[in-house]
Amino acid sequence: MKYVTEYRDADKVGRVLDDIRATVTKPWVLMEICGGQTHAIVRHGIDQLLPPEIELVHGPGCPVCVTPLELIDKALAIAAMPNVIFTSYGDMLRVPGSGQDLFSVRAQGADVRTVYSPLDAVKIARQNPDKQVVFFAIGFETTAPANTMSVVQAKALGLTNYSILVSHVRVPPAMHAILGSPQNRVQGFLAAGHVCAVMGYWEYPPIAEQYGVPIVVTGFEPLDIVLGIRDTVRLLEAGEVKVGNAYARAVTFEGNRPGQAVIDKVFTSCDRKWRGVGMIPQSGWCLRPEFADFDAENRFQVAHIQPEESPLCIAGQILQGLKRPLDCPAFGTECTPEHPLGATMVSSEGACAAYYQYGRFADAVTEHAEDTAAS
Amino acid sequence: MVYKQPTDGVDPAGAVGMQGAVCPVPLQHEDQVVLGHGSGGKLTQKLIARYFYPPFENPYLLQGDDSAVMDWPQGGRLAFSTDSHIVSPLFFPGGDIGRLAVAGTVNDLLMVGAQPLWLTAGFLLEEGLPLSVVERVAASMRAAADEAGIQIVAGDTKVVQRGKADGLFVNTSGVGVVPEGREINGRRAQVGDAVLLSGTLGDHGIAVLAARGELDFEAQVVSDVAPLTALVEAMHAVGADLHVLRDPTRGGLATTLNEIAHQSEVGIEIDETTLPVNPAVEAACEMLGFDPLYVANEGKLVAIAPEAQAEALLSAMRATELGHAACRIGRVTSKPAGRVLMRTGIGARRVVDVLSGELLPRIC
Repeated sequence: MKYVTEYRDADKVGRVLDDIRATVTKPWVLMEICGGQTHAIVRHGIDQLLPPEIELVHGPGCPVCVTPLELIDKALAIAAMPNVIFTSYGDMLRVPGSGQDLFSVRAQGADVRTVYSPLDAVKIARQNPDKQVVFFAIGFETTAPANTMSVVQAKALGLTNYSILVSHVRVPPAMHAILGSPQNRVQGFLAAGHVCAVMGYWEYPPIAEQYGVPIVVTGFEPLDIVLGIRDTVRLLEAGEVKVGNAYARAVTFEGNRPGQAVIDKVFTSCDRKWRGVGMIPQSGWCLRPEFADFDAENRFQVAHIQPEESPLCIAGQILQGLKRPLDCPAFGTECTPEHPLGATMVSSEGACAAYYQYGRFADAVTEHAEDTAAS
Repeated sequence: MVYKQPTDGVDPAGAVGMQGAVCPVPLQHEDQVVLGHGSGGKLTQKLIARYFYPPFENPYLLQGDDSAVMDWPQGGRLAFSTDSHIVSPLFFPGGDIGRLAVAGTVNDLLMVGAQPLWLTAGFLLEEGLPLSVVERVAASMRAAADEAGIQIVAGDTKVVQRGKADGLFVNTSGVGVVPEGREINGRRAQVGDAVLLSGTLGDHGIAVLAARGELDFEAQVVSDVAPLTALVEAMHAVGADLHVLRDPTRGGLATTLNEIAHQSEVGIEIDETTLPVNPAVEAACEMLGFDPLYVANEGKLVAIAPEAQAEALLSAMRATELGHAACRIGRVTSKPAGRVLMRTGIGARRVVDVLSGELLPRIC
């Protein structure tokens, strides 16, 4: 498959890895921001092939993980109401709220549907004029153009039975929060390629400069990821603080301007709580007042739902790159994808789920490698 | 910029130990049935182990293979299996619920080395279902039965009120005989054995998903649903000592290989670069965030046999229509027992786990 297989070519990846080995002279801590990249790294085993000097820590870029508990409880409350069709991206269905998840609400009779795009939710609203159709609009900048476009479309169609439950977050404020923390260990960033495809990377030079860290826009296939790591290591070794782009086939400096325009038309920035992390000022997006009619929180009067979550879960530390999944004693024992104890185990993009799914909970891989070498 | 902590000022990034951690309440789905219980993955396994094994317990049930194999009092061995079929839509590219119902049970019998003989069919019909649908499904079942060389010898019909079923559900049960000397089951994988796969992965699951239309994507994918009789007969004709046969249906190849590794207490190592996937299936999986290793097949099998016989088996498989794309995908290893490892395309290793719950399309 073009644009996929050629970026999974073992020889090309091997040559870049050789390049990294030849460049690195001291230990560096890099953070990949996006959960999709964390999964690709663990799925393909990229971290096993890197020289020991390079430590990858996993960032907060899992939209499902960071969606706060209260929003999930609000989603559950709305989904359980009569005459509501609740639509969502698939992996939100598994995320536990205070007492239930969307799977359970569906099992009790709620009409919960998985959609691949919010525009499909608008279509469902047109087909069901006697029902209220709600879309769970979560995500980073990547999903924002489609989510906001659904509101623009619903408004243009004069739909009064469509609304969105918004829990949008943005990457740059999270980077500020991580780099500004006294415990920060991150020395270089792999910026999330899909986010940058929408937003460009014009927001990053001031961040790089303020904290003295290089940032390299990075894609999702093995070759993309090792190229991003190589460029970051080169900058670190040369002592250069710059923003690079190792994903030029999808990302430009300006990004997708029409996409940014539709986001700006519908959303305005606001404070947002991140599950497991806490409040990060101006880190989210909310509907602008002129689109308040499409805000499910207003339409269904769920503002009073304000559950408190203990801040003690290690998921928060993992999302900030301070700890790794294996640092948690519950990992793989009490906490598994079927019995998730924390947000990072719940989502298919969460770091703990990636470690679990690809078998980093036992020494199985190393043990077997020795076995093979001996035989 | 500084963090504002959400509640009482405890610093989540600070020196808080994990002991006493209070995380979101785990949802074990232990009080009601959820769709994930039907995924063929871990939730299904737990449901069976917790609610069905204890009350029914007997040695045949606990064999844990696709069919139970029992000693017939008058001599010889009988294989017996049952399978209920639900699929939406009822008709999809490459097949329909009738063909699926016949192939499912026939294949379960074939996977223990049995020669399938007779099937029964039970129909749950929803009030309002056009009888033309019933006619088409029954004709399709007859055609699949002829293809498999079996007869449908008994049946049952029940009708439920409109809204109490999704058009039509079909249960089939089947019996067959296991010829003398044939010992094929999930406990026989041995270190050094070759792991063979009869063709491409994920065609059925993606074809049905695309036909359902809910996710609004179109893919030119045809289900592989088929009774595997001709393929399995060709494999027996080689005279090889087949250790394990299994069809990777719900839960996909990953789940099937894990079941075998667990039952035989061996490791299985597969090579990512050898796994055959139809390009349209691969593209759909990339878009939806699925891994073809977990997507259902209805006309494929995994065979585990001594390495010395692998090439002869592959030649015999490739000479059949159902197995023309057969290939070697890995080998049985001593360690880690009960686990499946994959050598990734770029040369690293990772564990391949069982499907956890429902396959869900990811967000982005």
